[in-house]
Amino acid sequence: MTLRGPQSQPRRGLRRAEFLIEWGLFACALLSIGTTIGIIAVLTVETAGFLEEVPIGEFLFGTEWTPLFANPRFGVLPLVTGTLLVSLIAMLVALPMGLLSAVYLSEYAGPQLRRIVKPVLELLAGIPTVVYGYFALLFVTPLLQEFLPDLSGFNALGPGLVMGLMILPLVSSLSEDAMRGVPRGLREGSYALGATKMQTSLRVVVPAAFSGITAAFILAISRAIGETMIVAIAAGQQPRLTLDPTKPVETMTAYIVQVSLGDTPQGTLEYRTIFAVGMLLFIGTFGLNLVSAWLRERFREEYA
Amino acid sequence: MSAQISHSGASDFGPRVPSPESRTPNPESRAGARAIALRRGADVAFQVLALLVLVIALASLATLIWDIVADGAGTISWNFITSFSSRRASQAGIWHALTGSIFVIVVTALIAVPIGVAAAIYLEEYGGRSLAARLIELNITNLAAVPSIIYGLLGLGLFVRMMGMGRSVLAGASTLALLVLPVVILSTREALRAVPKTLREGSYALGATKWQTIWHQVLPVAAPGILTGLILALSRAIGETAPLITIGAVTFVTFAPDSIWSPFTVLPIQIFNWVSRPQVEFHANAAAGILVLVALLLSMNAAAIWLRDRYQKRGIL
Repeated sequence: MTLRGPQSQPRRGLRRAEFLIEWGLFACALLSIGTTIGIIAVLTVETAGFLEEVPIGEFLFGTEWTPLFANPRFGVLPLVTGTLLVSLIAMLVALPMGLLSAVYLSEYAGPQLRRIVKPVLELLAGIPTVVYGYFALLFVTPLLQEFLPDLSGFNALGPGLVMGLMILPLVSSLSEDAMRGVPRGLREGSYALGATKMQTSLRVVVPAAFSGITAAFILAISRAIGETMIVAIAAGQQPRLTLDPTKPVETMTAYIVQVSLGDTPQGTLEYRTIFAVGMLLFIGTFGLNLVSAWLRERFREEYA
Repeated sequence: MSAQISHSGASDFGPRVPSPESRTPNPESRAGARAIALRRGADVAFQVLALLVLVIALASLATLIWDIVADGAGTISWNFITSFSSRRASQAGIWHALTGSIFVIVVTALIAVPIGVAAAIYLEEYGGRSLAARLIELNITNLAAVPSIIYGLLGLGLFVRMMGMGRSVLAGASTLALLVLPVVILSTREALRAVPKTLREGSYALGATKWQTIWHQVLPVAAPGILTGLILALSRAIGETAPLITIGAVTFVTFAPDSIWSPFTVLPIQIFNWVSRPQVEFHANAAAGILVLVALLLSMNAAAIWLRDRYQKRGIL
């Protein structure tokens, strides 16, 4: 009697339902691939339209970006240098500070301190970026102007520093995860040889967690390059080929925001510029993310 | 073995190794003693430096909060919350933006939550290590790190133009849904992974099918964890500005959105609009808007923490 159970009618219906459910779930999972394809398709179509009118050489290597002028020029380099300049400043803050705080949290701090500090760092990471923009424009820049009278109201320095502060928790928590993944035996071996805690941290733990930490750094760079609101608010809207952090600059992301705020008709060259710039941004960040994911995978294999 | 180590953590092993500082150099000799003192000094200096970094980070956070409270607290009033946008700073309020934010986030949740949870169930319970599942996984990790403004361009090209949704609440919510989907999937998977295997095996042993097991056993147990992740993902979406500006959410509206097809603005965009104005009076409005936004965020986070604690105490997880 019980042996016939699995073959009976309701059981077969159940099996079909199971099958349908699995495929339904799979379709939902597949949507994420669809998102990636959608991003690439939208960017490619509009960028192709853009490149029909602007030669790719002029776009990539031109040094003047004035698409909104009567006599437009489409050299993206000023936007790229603006982006890199702000990101560089942010990294100068976020990488050393993030790494140091990660070493401290992973190797020195007791559980009680960690219980206080970690949620606060998470809070720092959870603040909307528009708030950081406000802080950069109306607090940090005026403060810096006390020391640097030449600093413009819009500049790369203020938003760069604030962006570093924003990214610090990301660097810190990912590096800390990597360091805590280092087997205890390595540390004990180092202590047995008479090394101090600092020597163990810097010469054993950090090198052992190197690929994990590098993955964190690369992800942080990618975050900085794609960050939008801080620079849209506080860095200015003047594409300028400069490495002077006291001058207003425009980043790729800030340019997209600037054009989006105006009412740009679809199909115009001006409308397509934001997709061309977006394409560049996507390629850059996606490449960095892939490298970061690959490094993390490698780190996991090392100590799995 | 290594798995145990990574869980037990590194910081708690210090005390078990008695004073590791003084091993190699011979403490008897004078040079040895000096070397040890030097190393101890360097160790202390390093610790102070690292602690200083933490203090700077925390002090910056405190300064940020203090700055915004100082700028905005005077402007917050019931009138400010219930008034619409205005060209005069003293009469301007955030009602349209606040309702817009809440409306958009509710629609975002309705789209992203079912899809995200379903995708996570597939990857965690069905996918295994198949090539398709691994590809999807890698893709999701990558999507989670794509800049949000790129999602805005996708929304502009796909929802606003191609699907003809216009600059509506629906277009904005769809864009945000795609944006939070990777986060929803990752956090849901984590919650599902925390459910003990024995629970599933017990259910199978009683003859339940895979879906019956998931629906009746796994999901109820994982629910608080999933819910916490969902709230945190949505609280990230509520602070998003760039993608919504890109799809063309209007910056000056004087009405609350009444359907998914109506134009809208959200709180962060209103704040951005006020910060960008040269007049100082609007900056106070921006700070007050930030206070409301942060209050909204904090209450969502508090809800998430409360949920987690409540269910942890009950011993379900």
